[in-house]
Amino acid sequence: MSAVTQDTAVRTGRITRTFIYVVLLVFALFYLLPFFVMVVNSVKPLSEITGGNMMALPQVWTLEPWRQAWSTAQVGVEPTGLRPYFMNSVMMVVPAVAISTVVGALNGYVLTKWRFRGDSILFGLMLFSCFIPFQIVLIPMARLLGLMGLAGSVPGLILVHVVYGIGFTTLYFRNYYAAFPTELVRAAMIDGAGFFQIFWRIMLPVSGPIIVVSVIWQFTNIWNDFLFGVSFGGTSQPMTAALNNLVNSSTGVKEYNVHFAGAILAALPTLIVYIVAGRYFVRGLMAGSVKG
Amino acid sequence: MTTTAGRHAETDFRTRLQDWLPKIVLAPSVASVMIFVYGFILYTLYLSFTNSKMLPSYDWVGLENYIKLWNLPVWYTALANLAIFASLYIVICTVIGLLLAVFLDQKIRGEGLLRPIYLYPMALSFIVTGTAWKWFLDPGIGLEKTMRLWGWESFSFTWIKDNDMAIYTIVIAAVWQTSGFVMAMFLAGLRGIDNDILKAAQIDGASNWQLYRRIVIPLLRPAFLSAFVILSHLAIKSYDLVIALTGGGPGTSTQLPATFMYSYTFTRKSMGIGAASAVIMLMTIAAIMIPYLYAELKEKK
Repeated sequence: MSAVTQDTAVRTGRITRTFIYVVLLVFALFYLLPFFVMVVNSVKPLSEITGGNMMALPQVWTLEPWRQAWSTAQVGVEPTGLRPYFMNSVMMVVPAVAISTVVGALNGYVLTKWRFRGDSILFGLMLFSCFIPFQIVLIPMARLLGLMGLAGSVPGLILVHVVYGIGFTTLYFRNYYAAFPTELVRAAMIDGAGFFQIFWRIMLPVSGPIIVVSVIWQFTNIWNDFLFGVSFGGTSQPMTAALNNLVNSSTGVKEYNVHFAGAILAALPTLIVYIVAGRYFVRGLMAGSVKG
Repeated sequence: MTTTAGRHAETDFRTRLQDWLPKIVLAPSVASVMIFVYGFILYTLYLSFTNSKMLPSYDWVGLENYIKLWNLPVWYTALANLAIFASLYIVICTVIGLLLAVFLDQKIRGEGLLRPIYLYPMALSFIVTGTAWKWFLDPGIGLEKTMRLWGWESFSFTWIKDNDMAIYTIVIAAVWQTSGFVMAMFLAGLRGIDNDILKAAQIDGASNWQLYRRIVIPLLRPAFLSAFVILSHLAIKSYDLVIALTGGGPGTSTQLPATFMYSYTFTRKSMGIGAASAVIMLMTIAAIMIPYLYAELKEKK
């Protein structure tokens, strides 16, 4: 891949190259600016924001807004800060990501190595489910969660995210396993290896890249989800819903610096995941699902 | 003799189990998709023909909700906004994505640094994106104030408070969030093109412009299609960004079908109308997705 990159056939002159660099840098600025502004203003006292320039570095550096956002800010009616909601999100994300990835891996394995009549139709049905507007399931889901006694609870949110996540995880694993030589699986079968043995010994050891994709995808989507969180979260709302409450609470002075600290707190987990493993994600995604 | 028969029975059971195991493993997923996706779609479809208000009711009222829906001015606002938002969002993301991908593909120094800068917004939620941009675009504290403090006294940028322009602020924030991802898709496409084809064309005297227009862009067709499908489905589902950025306002000027559905169902207690709007959203997405998925699956076989 890198050989192709280094050896591009297009030749460009000096003026064109300067132009290209300028455009690329301008866009870099466009992408960085809002986040830069958030970070800079989250460490300023409020007076410097309302009285000063948003681009200016703080005159007085303070971590007070971060402390407030985390533990004392008014979210909804309670001055709890975002901490409990952050915990809700963690408790929701970890099991939901784990379950949907395991189920997706098994589904992908069945759909490529143990094919049966009608499997394509089942896959098509699962695939379409990735793309439905979730508004279509909000009303019945709210009712069902209520009937099951899971409304407004973290387990309820886990269920929702698993159910609507397996379409994507199945898609990823299916596409990935489709490229894996079926002959190896056949050979193992002839040697007497069973369904789970083959999965455990043959498929799983080569699944690293696609597990990374699935985990990052699910983590980002579930952590960032707002619609389900706000609809079914009740008193166990996730971080996104709490942040929205914090920012849009109409009472009192708008403490922008606290809002920014809160927004960065809400963004931090996905940003870290992205910074640590983003490279593998894009690479895996390109190889797996989106045919470029 | 008996032992072999016994062993036969045993292996028989084992092979049978092995035959069934894959289906048993797949079954819970299929069942949950059938219930939580298709069952729920049918349920919502049914509700859209009933006079459900705050709670679901099962009194059939035929097409009444749909007639009411299409007589609501705010529904037209939502549809018009979706048309504006979706078309601008898709076009601008595609143009920026393609431009950045092509430029990055020119042996750029620092590509390894620029790529993550373009891509990181996609790691942020639309709520965080909306919060950041809401503030950035607020005339009282954001961009407008900064420009004035820097000495550009007449600078004015009040789109977010303007009924006619507020929808474009949503486009700006959404483009900021997604265009880097589109860039990555195109970049992957570009890197997959065989350089020998380009070299051959160059030997034949093609200019850079011709090279891209005639050869590269047509070869990127699959990436264009994927980008279109992903962006259009994101646009139709857009909910969080509007809530965080404008809350649907000023007035109803940035309502989208997704925010309309939510407010009619849960705030205004008109579940029947909310369900009807959800059905229309689903049909719109299905019209785009089903042909695409069908083609994809057929091709892969």
